Amino acid sequence: MEAVTENLDLYLDGFLTSLRICLIAMVGSLVLGTVLAAFRVSPVPPLRAFGTFWVNTFRNTPLSVVLFFCAFGLPEIGINRSFFFFGVLGLVIYTSAFVCEAIRSGINSVSAGQAEAARSVGLGFTQSLRFVVLPQALRTVVPPLGSVIIAMFKNSAVVGAFGVGGDLYSTGNTLTSARGFETLPVFVGVAIGYLAITLPAGALLQVIERKVAIIR
Amino acid sequence: MSEQAVLYDAPGPKAKRRTLIGTAAAVVFIAGLVYVVISRLAERDQFAGAKWSPLLNPADEDFSLVWEVIAAGLVNTLKAAALAMVLSVVLGTLIAVARLSLGKTGRIPLIGLVELLRGLPVVIMIYFAVRVLPDVGVDLSFLPGGGVLWGLVIGLTAYNMVIFAEVVRAGVLSLPRGQREAALATGLTSGQTMRLVLLPQAFRVMLPAIISQLVVVLKDTSLITFVGNYEDLLGNGENIVQNLDNPIQTFTVIALIYIAINYGLSKLAQAIQRRQARAGRSAAERVEVQTTTTTGA
Repeated sequence: MEAVTENLDLYLDGFLTSLRICLIAMVGSLVLGTVLAAFRVSPVPPLRAFGTFWVNTFRNTPLSVVLFFCAFGLPEIGINRSFFFFGVLGLVIYTSAFVCEAIRSGINSVSAGQAEAARSVGLGFTQSLRFVVLPQALRTVVPPLGSVIIAMFKNSAVVGAFGVGGDLYSTGNTLTSARGFETLPVFVGVAIGYLAITLPAGALLQVIERKVAIIR
Repeated sequence: MSEQAVLYDAPGPKAKRRTLIGTAAAVVFIAGLVYVVISRLAERDQFAGAKWSPLLNPADEDFSLVWEVIAAGLVNTLKAAALAMVLSVVLGTLIAVARLSLGKTGRIPLIGLVELLRGLPVVIMIYFAVRVLPDVGVDLSFLPGGGVLWGLVIGLTAYNMVIFAEVVRAGVLSLPRGQREAALATGLTSGQTMRLVLLPQAFRVMLPAIISQLVVVLKDTSLITFVGNYEDLLGNGENIVQNLDNPIQTFTVIALIYIAINYGLSKLAQAIQRRQARAGRSAAERVEVQTTTTTGA
């Protein structure tokens, strides 16, 4: 296990880089996903079509292909950025499709009677959305959205494998290939780094899930 | 529109006019976006014949070779996905049955295993199976198809079997209690009850979930590109790009192949789900909740 203990600082750097990728991608995909979900439930047909197209495209393409597109396709049309930028961009685009679906299914899970009742007691569109539909939709959205975000943290390993440099996975790669440490201890260390986030996050999500659960 | 009816009433004349204006604005905006992308592509010569013709023009000298390479990659991808899928379903079922039939204390190590494997990124597991296993003396290269294929299959299986275990468990638990009670009352042992009565019904309920997970497995096979040398669809695509220098064009074709297969599978899963819902299987609904969150990579 010296491979891990000797290089604790490298691991910590990698861990923080992974977290950084994740935080940026989380904000990006939540914003983009919410906009897309709004498109998909809007009364405007072309926006709905655009949202559907986006979701079907990126939900069915492997993240690795999206990353290759970003990193090797975009420079071809004159967009030159760092690998880090392309990696995060790919992760945002990919995850936004899942965020969109989670939010949309949350909105659709509110039964039509709720909104009808809200309108019949005289609430307007914004009022019924704000006081009746959204509070229920958000509760349904929390668990799937949480799983999507946890999955995104795990997917940041793919971005690392792709070659962003400096994240947890890349740290493991550098230690084994460039410095010649044995693969087993090095990657056990890497695995622990990921588990340190995913296990507590999963447990937290379960607690939240129980808190916000509503009986339908 | 009925799907979104929860948010707004049937539109009146005013709302219809507003929707029309919105539609016009959206069409202009999307058309503008498409125009920018296309003109940008044209500007950089991305529609040049040399970049597309090996992929699209059967008369091109590279055409048949390129498609042979793509087809070979697709076969390898499907092979890995099918093996991983079968193994994960079998092992997942075993884990689920064990978890359902063991007592409270016996369950703890299994739950630990499930949580551990679910918390790790797939690409790390593939790394363990492809790179770490040979380093610690487990040599898989004697197996048909080679060591990398089986490493990939083991990595994917380790990740997906615990997901299936959860799906199977949910499927069995969603069955009416009377099924088990009736089976036991007719004199079947608990093993027979599970095998002959509960699992077959659970599998029917779970079929959509299993197909949706197949999409995830199929996408995840492409991760081998980062870990080892296996000529899968994406890997062979990279090879073509290196030789022809046409990343946008080749990756578009590769992505379209993945999308076509996965979209078809998703639609199939939805169709089966709808049929079961019509047949009044409320249990199908409960299993769906789990599958909508499977993200994959």
